[in-house]
Amino acid sequence: MPDVQRTVEGGGGDPAAPRPPEPILELRGISKRFGAVQALREVDFDVCRSEVVALVGDNGAGKSTLIKCIAGTHTPDEGRIFFEGDEVKIHTPSDATRLGIETVYQDLALCDNLDVVRNMYLGREAVTTVVPRLVEPLREIDMEERALAVLGDLNVTTIGSVRTKVASLSGGQRQSVAISRAVMWNSKVVLLDEPTAALGVAQTAQVHALIKRLREQGLGVVVISHNIEEVFEVSDRIAVLRLGRRVATFRHDETTPQEVVGAIVGAAGA
Amino acid sequence: MTTTELHGDAHGVLRSAASAGIQRLRQGELGMLPVIVGLIVIWAYFESQVSVYLSARNLSYLVLQIAPIGIVAIGIVLVLLLGEIDLSVGSVAGLCSAVLGVGMVDRGWPWWGAILIMVGVGAAIGAFQGWWFAVVGVPAFVVTLAGFLFWQGAQLRVLGSTGTVNVFEPHIGAIAQSFLPSYWGWILGVGLAALYAVRAWTTYARRAHAELSNEPVGLLAVRTALVAAVAVGSVAVLNSYQGVPTAGVILLGLVIAFSWLTTRTKFGTYVFAIGGNAEAARRAGIKVARIRILVFTLSGFMAAVGGLMFVSRLTAASTQTGAGTFLLESIAAAVIGGTSLFGGRGSVWSALLGALVIGSVSNGLDLQAQPPEIKYMVEGAILLAAVTVDAVARRSRAAAGR
Repeated sequence: MPDVQRTVEGGGGDPAAPRPPEPILELRGISKRFGAVQALREVDFDVCRSEVVALVGDNGAGKSTLIKCIAGTHTPDEGRIFFEGDEVKIHTPSDATRLGIETVYQDLALCDNLDVVRNMYLGREAVTTVVPRLVEPLREIDMEERALAVLGDLNVTTIGSVRTKVASLSGGQRQSVAISRAVMWNSKVVLLDEPTAALGVAQTAQVHALIKRLREQGLGVVVISHNIEEVFEVSDRIAVLRLGRRVATFRHDETTPQEVVGAIVGAAGA
Repeated sequence: MTTTELHGDAHGVLRSAASAGIQRLRQGELGMLPVIVGLIVIWAYFESQVSVYLSARNLSYLVLQIAPIGIVAIGIVLVLLLGEIDLSVGSVAGLCSAVLGVGMVDRGWPWWGAILIMVGVGAAIGAFQGWWFAVVGVPAFVVTLAGFLFWQGAQLRVLGSTGTVNVFEPHIGAIAQSFLPSYWGWILGVGLAALYAVRAWTTYARRAHAELSNEPVGLLAVRTALVAAVAVGSVAVLNSYQGVPTAGVILLGLVIAFSWLTTRTKFGTYVFAIGGNAEAARRAGIKVARIRILVFTLSGFMAAVGGLMFVSRLTAASTQTGAGTFLLESIAAAVIGGTSLFGGRGSVWSALLGALVIGSVSNGLDLQAQPPEIKYMVEGAILLAAVTVDAVARRSRAAAGR
């Protein structure tokens, strides 16, 4: 089993205490219904600083819905969300962004027709205010420098020019851009929806390295994945959803792939 | 570091410029090249057929001819960038010109008040249609198709039984019938060329200073020289007749302003983003509905300004203003200029270039005394050719990517 260096983090504080790490994001009793479909039933879920939590489950188990409730794309029908200990309401994506929650969706949510810089800054462009609200040209050079710096920090080195249109990048490059965009805004929690679903072996390794780097930087990371190997490779904890309920949570070093799969398909006696 | 490049042999510089250009062509980034080539071919052909075609007088006339279409096409470009369509611009131009004419003649509005009300009506109609599309959720095609009929009816209603209102007002007339004094023309031409050069080279220097990648110096030099040649050359030609037409200055000013708006501001970035991937834009926190409403508002506004150009040129508002092929020619101009119908790709300059192509063909065929049926057929063929070039380029880009 790959070794996950979970003792390295400074977040633990007191090493003697049986680690009650303060969760940065807590969900309590989240329910969401779409017409006749009960997508989520009273789901509890939390993530701590410097922690990678894998969210697993079969198709239709409610993983994406849960992520979208955190990201503000959906509003839960019931339940409470706490961020850094305070109860918060997340009704829109910008509510989530303001808190420091960033999402990288499965379909990447990049604009193919825009270049890397524009995509990384989309919705948060830096401008020079000449006449407020009327003449506010973009600060292209500042944005480009910062984008290059962020990509460099995260070791994303394969992109030739940040002025390339995203349409002409490879899948791994696009994913790297999407993740880099998510973390360049002092975010505290990053949600990754199947970050390696469409990637080759080398590109997948690249994204895994990126995820570990996010943890090193103190972020809470939630990864949706269908790939059990990946789940054990990158995550500290594994939360299993089935038919809209959270049926189990495992520590990655206290469980086996068989046990996790059992929980996913509902075969385990637990 | 750049100085060595600057002093490097001219051959090397040109070669690097050429290879950078070829690289972009390979990737299907044709930009405005096809339409410029097309324009040169059209001009060469008609000049060989009708010797007065490229005379200062005819070119001056051409500028006046394309101003209304070019202005309305700017609004269409914005809507196309969004990935939508506005079929109402012809009727809105017609209705707004009727409002202007009736207001001034029957109600005695001052010319400036009439202009303000006219563009206000255009913008309000655009905002209304944009709201109906973006918030109510009816496809823009349907909303603006309904608008096309409805506002045309409103135009006829406002004009009343006579159907024509003559507007003999010197200020209104001056918009499309006056020319800049030649020294103003020169100041304008040289000023624009200088402004472009200063901007291009300071950007280059700032990027070099920030150690960011830069385009080859050769390409930059060629670009600066070309822009200067076109600006100064156009002024020289137009000054040899009556001067630079005011309508042309207005058209160019609007193109430059909207080009800046689309490429250098948040708003423009969001228009492209929504046209490229509306869902991605929404998730990035962009207020998609607001941007959509704004774009349709601008489209209505530009339709009104186009209508104003019409009234000024023909000194009348009539049932024919904005009718006939006006709408389709405006859309054709945007598309011929290289703006994609599928959203997210294109440039405001395509409005000007496309209008020039359509105007040039129509002007040339008129000089040859060709009947209108030939005109329609030729314009149709050119539109098809332009979209085909875009489609083929798109395919080659898809092949180059990934």
